[in-house]
Parts: sequence; structure tokens; C-alpha cells
Amino acid sequence: MVIRHRAPTDLRASDITPLALYRNRRAFLSMLGAGAILAGSLHAPKSHAQSPDQSARFDPYQQAPRNQGLSSSEELTAHEAVTSYNNFYEFGTDKGDPARYAGQMITAPWSVLVEGACERPGLYDLADLVPMSDLEERIYRLRCVEAWSMVIPWIGVPLHKILSPLGPTSKARYVQFETLADPKMMPGLAYPVLDWPYVEGLRIDEAMHPLTLMATGLYDAPLPNQNGAPLRLVVPWKYGFKSIKSIVAIRFVEKQPKTSWNQSAPSEYGFYSNVNPDVPHPRWSQATERRIGDFRRRDTLMFNGYADQVASLYTGMNLRRNF
Amino acid sequence: MTVKLFKILIFGLFSLPALWLLGQWGFYAMDAPHDLGFNPQEASNRFSGIWALRALIVALALGPVALMFRLTWPIQIRRMLGLFAFFYASLHLSSYLGLDLLGDMDAFWEDIKKRLYILFGLGAFLCLIPLALTSTKGWIKRLKARRWKQLHRLVYLAGILAALHYLYMAKGNQLEPKIYAAIITGLLLIRLWRLWPRIKRRTMKPIAQDITIKRDKAQARS
Repeated sequence: MVIRHRAPTDLRASDITPLALYRNRRAFLSMLGAGAILAGSLHAPKSHAQSPDQSARFDPYQQAPRNQGLSSSEELTAHEAVTSYNNFYEFGTDKGDPARYAGQMITAPWSVLVEGACERPGLYDLADLVPMSDLEERIYRLRCVEAWSMVIPWIGVPLHKILSPLGPTSKARYVQFETLADPKMMPGLAYPVLDWPYVEGLRIDEAMHPLTLMATGLYDAPLPNQNGAPLRLVVPWKYGFKSIKSIVAIRFVEKQPKTSWNQSAPSEYGFYSNVNPDVPHPRWSQATERRIGDFRRRDTLMFNGYADQVASLYTGMNLRRNF
Repeated sequence: MTVKLFKILIFGLFSLPALWLLGQWGFYAMDAPHDLGFNPQEASNRFSGIWALRALIVALALGPVALMFRLTWPIQIRRMLGLFAFFYASLHLSSYLGLDLLGDMDAFWEDIKKRLYILFGLGAFLCLIPLALTSTKGWIKRLKARRWKQLHRLVYLAGILAALHYLYMAKGNQLEPKIYAAIITGLLLIRLWRLWPRIKRRTMKPIAQDITIKRDKAQARS
């Protein structure tokens, strides 16, 4: 292991917006807004953003409303941790590699190939696939299979809002997603840690579930590359590797699609990979986890604490066998 | 003279990582900026583990190096490297058991039962304990050189187990654990190759006798 010293340009904890201030930013913004009303130059609210002179100042990420009902009220994981402690093996297996190398990934223009059992397959430009006017903020817990976790303020749209307009047919029982695999931009592809490109999948009812989010941003800004820009899945009740990054293809399929970690070690990573403290993993006990920033471990919750919303998806299923 | 210089040099070199690690945990404890990253326990486990493996590899390599270049100093610093391997393995275990599991012995026992790489790692550590304990001149005398040498061949088992520990720990198809495993395998093969004449003499003799007896009988019959 290489001993790394802090580069002078690196952020320190003291440089980051204090959490209290971050949490109150909407109040702060509305206060500014109130001031603006008095000053007679109101910051355009979302529904009026079309008028050309104001659109330049409209930032869909700053103004994405928080979905309070689906958001956790736990303390957020520091922005610096969320954006520099990552697993994105296309850039290397070290947690710091994605932040180090993902900057060279070109994310605009970005197109997504939609194929398989749907009425409107084709190559879509990102803007045509994701309804930017529907962006919302959701604070979700993220539980990595390596037994650490974070709390992240994502910005995105529920996946069903992207999938439904594509018209999945009755044969679309599963959805497969694929990550970009461009060796020119992704140094990690030089070695077959996994069988590239990275693929993941969901059952169609999991994909259509209201909790399942297609994120394009976090912490009030577009996704940093290391977090899977410009488009990544967030499935909060499953281990993090299910939440595939930098998506270039969406396929509606009839049979359970292959998924990368399952192909790499079928006995360790199942297709479902729901967070489950009672099903131990050959590498890590899943009974406890370390919230990044905490010294002690805490107990892991069934379905990562989302059991009320998602347990019904799996009624009658043996979760020990379908891990 | 040169041996002493080498000893001081190697001692300093292998002390630095431990000092760095302890210093970083010191900063962490004082809530000061540190370089352990966002998952200090993971960083600390990996850092101490990789240095244990490195010290062990250097200790294993010193014998062949001494022979190849007809040097004596590598043999004279070998014990120190072995003790460093034990020291870093102890740090590694303490980091995992103390800082990561916070002394939760039930969790540790579950890990041993369910996770092969933990079992391999523990095995490697257990192999190193008697070697560290009998590393003094007094013990060499007490055990007699021959038996002491036999006991200390355990270091190869420790090496194999340590390599397996790392291989089984890494997820996916990663290169680094394979490199370490290849180096340890190479060093083990050199050792076997040098021991081969002795092994052959010991195991082939009875067979050779058997063959001559059969031949004699056959000749007697004809």
C-alpha cells in the first residue's frame, strides 16, 4: 500500500459546508427568495422556468424538491466521503481510484441504448430519457456488501418514470443495465477484475417500485463522475453493487439477466442481493455495518431499513436461498 | 560492521510503517486530520496486513539470496525480519479484533467458522507464535540446532497460509494478491529444489533396495 499524503488542494473537513447549514439551505434559499420578492426580482420557481430570460439562473439540482416521505432523517455522510470513498472498479480497485481517475470520463453527450421487450427501443439522448423537470431529492441509506454504509442525498427521478414511457411489454419480466466500458477513459478495464462490461439487473416489479431511483445528482449538484455520472441506479434496500453506475444500456428481458458479481462468484453474490443481516456472506458478516464516519459498528437492518416498503415484493420467497 | 549497518537500516525501514500507523491512529484519537481515510479500520487492517506479508517475504527470501551471492549478512538479519513479520501480524490481528470488531469474540468466532480466509490468516499467525518465542539464542541451544531448524520450517507453512489469506480475502479477480502468492510460491519452490537431494535420498532408498531384492530374486530363479 502506498502512503498518501494530503495534497494541498484536498478539502479538509473544515472546508465543507457544515451539516446544519446544508440542512437549512432550503430555508436559506427561501429566505433569499423572500428577499428577492421584496427586491422585485423573484428567482424563478420550477413551473415558470421556461421563460428564456430566467432559465439561465434556474438550476434543477439546487431546486429539486425533497421527497420527505421517502427520505431518511439520519445524519448525512460528509460530501467528501461520498465523493472520494468509492467502489467503481472500472477505474481501479482502490477506494480512492475512482475519485483519482474518473475525471477523464466524458459524460456529455451521453446516450443510452434501450432494447428488448418494449414498444420504443432505440438510442436515447440522456435528456430525452430523464425528465429533468421531475428531479427530486431523496435521502437514502446506502449499504455496501463490504459492511460499510452511508446516508446520501441523491437527486434523480423514480425509475418507473423512465421505464414506463418506453412501453415495456408483457415479456419484460426483468430489466438489465450495463455500465460504460471504454478502456480509453477507464484504466481499471485493463485487468479483468470482472467480466467487463459491468451488468446488473432487477425484476420488473423491483424496477418499477417507487423507492427505486435513477439518480443524476447528489448533494444539490450533478453526479460527480466517481459516483456514476451521468446516470446511475439507486436501489436502497439492496447491497450497493446492485446500484449500477454510468449506465449506457437498458434492456427489457424475459429471463433473469446475468449480473457481474453473480457471474464472478455465484456462491457469494445472488441475483437479488437484498440487504439481509441474517444471511451471512462468505467474506463479510452482514449482521453489522460501519456507518462511514462512525468508529463503532451498528446493527444492519433487514432490507436496509426499507422492509415496510419492499418486503411484500418477496412474500413466499426463501430469502436464504434467493440471497 | 556492515552487518550492523544493515541491521540498523532494515530496522529503521520496517519500523516506519508501524510508526506511521500508530501516529495516524493517534491523530484520529485526538480528532486531528489523519490519513487513514474514511474507513480507518479497513485502512489499518490492510496496511498492517500487507506489511506483515512483506516482512515475511523478505525473511523467506534472505536464505536464497545468501546462497546465491555467497553472503552471510542476509542470514544474520533474517531473525529480525521474522520478528517484524510477527510484529506486523500481531498489529494486523489487533487492528481487526480490537479496532474493527471491538473485541466482539462471538463475531470473531463466527468469522473463523464461516470465513475461510480468516481461518487461513489465524493459522498463519499461530504458526508464527512458536517461531517468535524460540527466536532467542537460548532456545536454539535448548532445542539443539537440528530440531530448531525443523521447527522453523513452519515459516513456509505460515507463508502459504498468509498468501491464501490474502487470495481468499480479495473479491473479484485481483492482481495484487496473485503477485504476492506467486512470490511466496517461488520462494517455496527454491527451498524444495534445494532440499530435493535430501528428500530423494530419504524416500528413494527403500524403493531402491526393494528393486535390487526383486532383481536378485529374479536372477536366482533364472
